[in-house]
Amino acid sequence: MIVDRADFPLLATQPDLHYLDSAATSQKPRVVLDAMMDYYTHDNANPHRGAYALSARATERYHRARERIARFVGVRDIDRLIFTRGTTESLNLVAASWGRPNVGRGDEIVVTGLEHHANFVPWQQVANEAGAKLVICRLTADGRVDVDHFRSLVNARTKIVAFSHVSNALGTINPVAELSAIARRVGAVVVVDGAQAAPHLPLVLDDLDVDFYAFSGHKMLGPMGSGVLVGRRELLEAMPPYQTGGDMIEFVGDERSSWNVLPHKFEAGTPNVGDAVGLAAACDYLDRIGMDAVRRHEQMITTLASERLAAVSGVRIYGPPPAERSGVVSFTVGDIHAHDLATILDESGVCIRAGHHCAQPLMRRLNVPATARASFYLYSDESDVDALVAGVEHAREVFG
Amino acid sequence: MTTEALYQELILEHNRKPRNFREMENADRKIEGRNPLCGDALTLWVKMDGDSIADVSFKGQGCAISKASASLMTTAVKGKTRDEADQLFGKFHDLVLGTLPESEQASLGSLRALGGVSRFPLRVKCASLAWHALRAALEQGDDEISTEREGPEPPPLEGA
Repeated sequence: MIVDRADFPLLATQPDLHYLDSAATSQKPRVVLDAMMDYYTHDNANPHRGAYALSARATERYHRARERIARFVGVRDIDRLIFTRGTTESLNLVAASWGRPNVGRGDEIVVTGLEHHANFVPWQQVANEAGAKLVICRLTADGRVDVDHFRSLVNARTKIVAFSHVSNALGTINPVAELSAIARRVGAVVVVDGAQAAPHLPLVLDDLDVDFYAFSGHKMLGPMGSGVLVGRRELLEAMPPYQTGGDMIEFVGDERSSWNVLPHKFEAGTPNVGDAVGLAAACDYLDRIGMDAVRRHEQMITTLASERLAAVSGVRIYGPPPAERSGVVSFTVGDIHAHDLATILDESGVCIRAGHHCAQPLMRRLNVPATARASFYLYSDESDVDALVAGVEHAREVFG
Repeated sequence: MTTEALYQELILEHNRKPRNFREMENADRKIEGRNPLCGDALTLWVKMDGDSIADVSFKGQGCAISKASASLMTTAVKGKTRDEADQLFGKFHDLVLGTLPESEQASLGSLRALGGVSRFPLRVKCASLAWHALRAALEQGDDEISTEREGPEPPPLEGA
């Protein structure tokens, strides 16, 4: 572990817990909870509205949170950073406001077989509504995007290319620059699901040639209900709003209205200032540790867990070699169903995810109904791996 | 919480060697049951003799709880009438939710092995998947073979 477990109240108060489900949601450091408490205690008001000092302070805190998060992911033009409820909403925003108006009959949308349902179903729906075709890129045997196949799928009819930066189910890190370059050649819009990348990898989004990048706050030490969409300014400016209402308007006439400037055009209703402040504090915490150190730690622990699990008879690990994955180990143990495994592990305080990981298209391609997934973060350590391996061995005894 | 109460020897044994785990060619009814949360799926075949269940079989993939529960169910309902099977489901459902009085548990026979599920509310769905499929199969009209998918169940909050 590269942080003090005492920084995380939930982990500190449950010392016997082995929380190995950070790919689902991370635990929160006290500084994040404190920042939110501080905002609600001292500065809470509806921003952008009141002509009084308190509202101005709330506005200022919201603005500074946006600046802080933009800096964390390497975005200079902060107006292209839109706050959402999470990755799912960010991707639905793009599907609704760029996809629907721009995808027509006969067009194609390319996704990969690795995608989380959040980066699959919205495109399937856009395609079905428009009479367009959803094209699914093949995977290699070790769970990577087959880049040659991807290249062969992208053509003049391709309007959108959508893929994850890191797979939630396997931890595969996709070659974003290479895939984007292929899409660029035909002028397709590139949408990246960064939910599993922003918490675990150093990011400079200004250097990534992508049009939309989505991520969630709650997987990177921030609060649930906080999320981000970073978009290309020209596209965001040309897009219709996703939702309408307060804050996002410029002028409302009886018959027509005009829209506020970025980023407010895409943030209808009272903004979620408290969670933005919490996420900004999470960025402070992560930057203090350093994202390079986070990545190194996760590589170490993922490699250790993979080696130790692979030594248990009957264990099969899915995805590329551990050093090329994020902090995820997706595995099966003989004929033991992942849910039974998770129940047995829970007995010894080991929390893992079992099931299809909201990636049913991937499970069909792997030809397994479910896998067990252990996922690590900066607070994971070797004792977590010990408990995981001991639990898997115990499950083997129970199911003999 | 100990998982020994959940994974009793009888459950493990039925998981390893499920009874009536086969397709049925001359079935009157065939139905698919799915647990959308975990992707578990089973197919249930039923052969009726008048109002009675002459034969019942299943195939599919699932966790030990869903497989053992399906296996135990097939042995328990064979020869039962529609009403008897429905009553048995009612009692079984109460058992896995932990609301069946001790005095009524004996009548469930080997199905009692699944009583431990009541302490694992997240697994109630696994234990009741086959039973929901059976109920749907019995509700179909006579002599009709159809493949219907059971819809998602609400989460088992009542057992939490």
